[in-house]
Amino acid sequence: MEYGFTTAAYVVAAVLFIQSLGGLSGQESAKRAVWYGIVGMALAVAATLYGPGASNWLISLVMISAGGAIGWVVAQRVQMTEMPQLVAAMHSLVGLAAVFIGYNTHIEMVRVVGMDEAARAALNGFAAVIAHKSGVEVSILRVETFLGVFIGAVTFTGSVVAFGKLAGKVDGKAKKLPGGHLLNATAALVSLVLLVAYLQTGSTFALLGMTVAALFIGYHLIMGIGGADMPVVVSMLNSYSGWAAAAIGFSLSNDLLIVVGALVGSSGAILSYIMCKAMNRSFISVILGGFGGTTGPAMEVTGEQVAIDAEGVAAALNDADSIIIIPGYGMAVAQAQQSVSELTRKLRAAGKTVRFAIHPVAGRLPGHMNVLLAEAKVPYDIVMEMDEINDDFPTTDVAIVIGSNDIVNPAAQEDPNSPIAGMPVLECWKAKQVFVSKRGQGTGYSGIENPLFYKENTRMFYGDAKKSLDALLPMID
Amino acid sequence: MIFSGGKFVCLDGFARNFRPKRGLGPLSSVEADRFFAKSGNQALNYRAAMLSLRGIWRSRLLLEPRKLRGNTVKIGALSEIFAGENRVAMTPDSGLQLMKLGHVCVIQAGAGAKAGFADALYAKAGVEVLASAAEVIAAADVLVKVRGPEVAEAQALREGQTLISMFWPAQNPELLEIVKARGATVVAMDMVPRISRAQKMDALSSMANIAGYRAVIEAGSNFGRFFTGQVTAAGKVPPAKVLVVGAGVAGLAAIGTSVSLGAIVHAFDVRPEVAEQIESMGASFVYLEFDASELPDGAATGGYAAPSSPAFAAKQLAKFRELAPEMDIVITTALIPGRPAPKLWTADMVAAMKPGSVVVDLAAERGGNCDLTVMDQKIVSENGVTIVGYTDFPSRMAAQASTLYSNNIRHMLTDLTPKKDGVIDHNMGDDVIRGATVAKDHEITFPPPPPKIAAIAVQKPKEKVKELTHDEKRAAETAAFKTATRNQVAMLVIGGGLILLAGLYAPAAFMSHFIVFVLSVYVGVQVIWNVSHSLHTPLMAITNAISSIIILGALMQIGSGNWLVVILGALAVFMAGINIFGGFMVTRRMLAMFQKS
Repeated sequence: MEYGFTTAAYVVAAVLFIQSLGGLSGQESAKRAVWYGIVGMALAVAATLYGPGASNWLISLVMISAGGAIGWVVAQRVQMTEMPQLVAAMHSLVGLAAVFIGYNTHIEMVRVVGMDEAARAALNGFAAVIAHKSGVEVSILRVETFLGVFIGAVTFTGSVVAFGKLAGKVDGKAKKLPGGHLLNATAALVSLVLLVAYLQTGSTFALLGMTVAALFIGYHLIMGIGGADMPVVVSMLNSYSGWAAAAIGFSLSNDLLIVVGALVGSSGAILSYIMCKAMNRSFISVILGGFGGTTGPAMEVTGEQVAIDAEGVAAALNDADSIIIIPGYGMAVAQAQQSVSELTRKLRAAGKTVRFAIHPVAGRLPGHMNVLLAEAKVPYDIVMEMDEINDDFPTTDVAIVIGSNDIVNPAAQEDPNSPIAGMPVLECWKAKQVFVSKRGQGTGYSGIENPLFYKENTRMFYGDAKKSLDALLPMID
Repeated sequence: MIFSGGKFVCLDGFARNFRPKRGLGPLSSVEADRFFAKSGNQALNYRAAMLSLRGIWRSRLLLEPRKLRGNTVKIGALSEIFAGENRVAMTPDSGLQLMKLGHVCVIQAGAGAKAGFADALYAKAGVEVLASAAEVIAAADVLVKVRGPEVAEAQALREGQTLISMFWPAQNPELLEIVKARGATVVAMDMVPRISRAQKMDALSSMANIAGYRAVIEAGSNFGRFFTGQVTAAGKVPPAKVLVVGAGVAGLAAIGTSVSLGAIVHAFDVRPEVAEQIESMGASFVYLEFDASELPDGAATGGYAAPSSPAFAAKQLAKFRELAPEMDIVITTALIPGRPAPKLWTADMVAAMKPGSVVVDLAAERGGNCDLTVMDQKIVSENGVTIVGYTDFPSRMAAQASTLYSNNIRHMLTDLTPKKDGVIDHNMGDDVIRGATVAKDHEITFPPPPPKIAAIAVQKPKEKVKELTHDEKRAAETAAFKTATRNQVAMLVIGGGLILLAGLYAPAAFMSHFIVFVLSVYVGVQVIWNVSHSLHTPLMAITNAISSIIILGALMQIGSGNWLVVILGALAVFMAGINIFGGFMVTRRMLAMFQKS
């Protein structure tokens, strides 16, 4: 088919993709937005298969259907609480695909260079594109390919590690090899040297060496970032996978790849930025791992944690008029969202005001809590963001903290020496009464003592969140 | 009474006549069986039962000699001799709890009568009732009381004996000297430091809470109208207006009580940081207008009020003068530790109040906040304002006050008995115990060193946001607009310059792609800013699905003549295929869940 037709299809697909992302500004339009994305993708794939340069349809279609079938089954089966892992795992696929495509470009380049004039003329498809490139263009192509492979490789190992951490297969604590960031810097420097070498010679070994270095960077960078920062990491990897696609798009001279890669890349970057801002930390300090250095000893926490049983909580809830629930990662771990939803339903049926306060970094993905609550059929119009609800705590009778810790830590405001000082937190301690559902007396992901648990109006409701709530439910009338 | 094997038997009589009497306590089931076996099933044969009990006693001695012979501490509660004091330091319940700590309890006969706890109730709980104070003092190792000891009581203390009661050591140096000479230990409940751990034994707070409540009730009984406003067939009733001065524990309790009775409540405190607490109780805080430099830092004095500057005091009085004619009930609770009560409600304010209004002065014991207050009396001013100067509000609610106070005492004893084995470990290394102990081992240990931990977190008063005038707002907006413009222009210039620079060197083919790239980034940024927070996870899933657009690259290469390229390309297509379907499916699943209520 004509080149013009493919281009036209690409333009339509690009518009659909932009619509698809833009549609996510509201819950209702988002449902439509997915279809835009699906149609855009179908159009893009069909146009490419149909357009110039594509052959081997059979293999392509078989591979797409095989992959599609697997993707379909996985997506159907996955639990909503496993969403973060799934997203991370999928990023790693994109990263690996980018590496493969980059290598292909390199192999084609080597092949084309080795051909004589007649053979070149006979080429079609992608090889033909390369064959027509001038000297400068080949250099640029090499840089683009190199970048594509580099970003792809970092995304691949990074996503694999992120997947491991989110799935609990790798210890979530920040870990670094001796040498720390020096190792990353060295690997990056090696990659840069190899880039120069590759530009000069086009040697396969330079590319291979860089791949190894990039794989290491991805692994080591993400290993050094603690579990609490995972939302930022996942969206950062998302961004990387986009940039990798854009780099590949450059090397293949495919505008649609560039457009979509840039869209995904910038969206991931902005998400990371939004989340870093929510934690009041710079992007650099998140990437470099661990929490920023403390300047002095943390404020001593005094008092004792007072426990309470289900009867006590139930009595307080039955007396309360307004209730705010603050879910955290602990709710996801205990799979307690259904019980939370049931509790909400009962309390609302009793004429009480029940709302949810969601911190921007609650959970392990941006918006993680919203998805879980939505899964449990909690109406989204009672789910509030931090800024919307933080001023309402003083007029609230009961705040229930379910499995969150750092995001309700008053030390962020009261203790300038705290590692999380300055991070915006949900001021639940201003409510008349606070119940904290928590497994035990341990600290949160960041390992910081939480003075909230020692406050006078705080009662600790120990135990697995789901079991605790299920014990509570029959006592609510 | 014990209950064993389906049979009841009354042991009290036996146990009491039984010597050596150290309080046998409840029998274990094994012991009860033995008792029944020896004394016969239904026959309460006195002699047989005594022999049996003696046997049980001996076997206990063999099993746990230390606990029974020497170290078990006997805690004795004395009757209050201060006139009009109705409270008691031990209730049957607290006695029961103390015995769980391994202690033995005795009480003076009739001590709880005025608080509604008859001797029989104590006996039933296992507390031994002794006839006179002298017997209790002689028997007990630890004496508990509500009011501080009278001189005679202090002189009756013996070496090594512990007294737990209110003491006011700063006001009673001579009592302290007597106790020191006698070699007794005194734990002053009024000296318990104000830290969170010690709250459970903070008797001042629990008594202040009662006083605050009772003050409102006293005011109500002297006030001829409703608290709450009503519109009835017989006419309209305006709600009572209540002013509470001093929002300590008593003040807050008074606020809570008045609000729940339906009154309109205003409250004032010299510590501006308590405004939040006042408002949380449903009262409105009376603000004074002053410069920030005049603000006292209330938190620096351990959460108690400090004397205010003259300028501040003047403004405060002016504000009260303004409020006086409107207020129906005024409850003053302002106290500064170690000083006479500040005069806040002057005679002219009383004169300005409406006839029938009520002033309740909770500070009467220290001279009163009101000029006209007469300690322990209720007077009526010339213009018909009732001024209540009682000092015994907690005592007027003796049952409630005794329950709370005895719990405070019990918590103190719990801390003094860390192993719960009936052995007192007077650990002077403990901040709370050290702070409350005013005399020990022939030494006066008052005043205590400052606690190791700051009493409460220092909270600086929040800066009040100044209301901006229209012009100032305009100016601020213009300034913000200017900086935004400057930043944006700078970004555009730098970005544009960089692109132009690239254009100088890069070939045309590259530039056309590059422009597409830059524009896409720009569009991406614009679009994503609008995505709602709750949809960030779907956004991530959908961008993930879309990023598998990389499949296009693989599709273009798969037609290559090189077998390696074909394999790698096929693998890439396969992986991207997983991503496309998985990503979109998951996104759809997620979005389908969002629903409106």
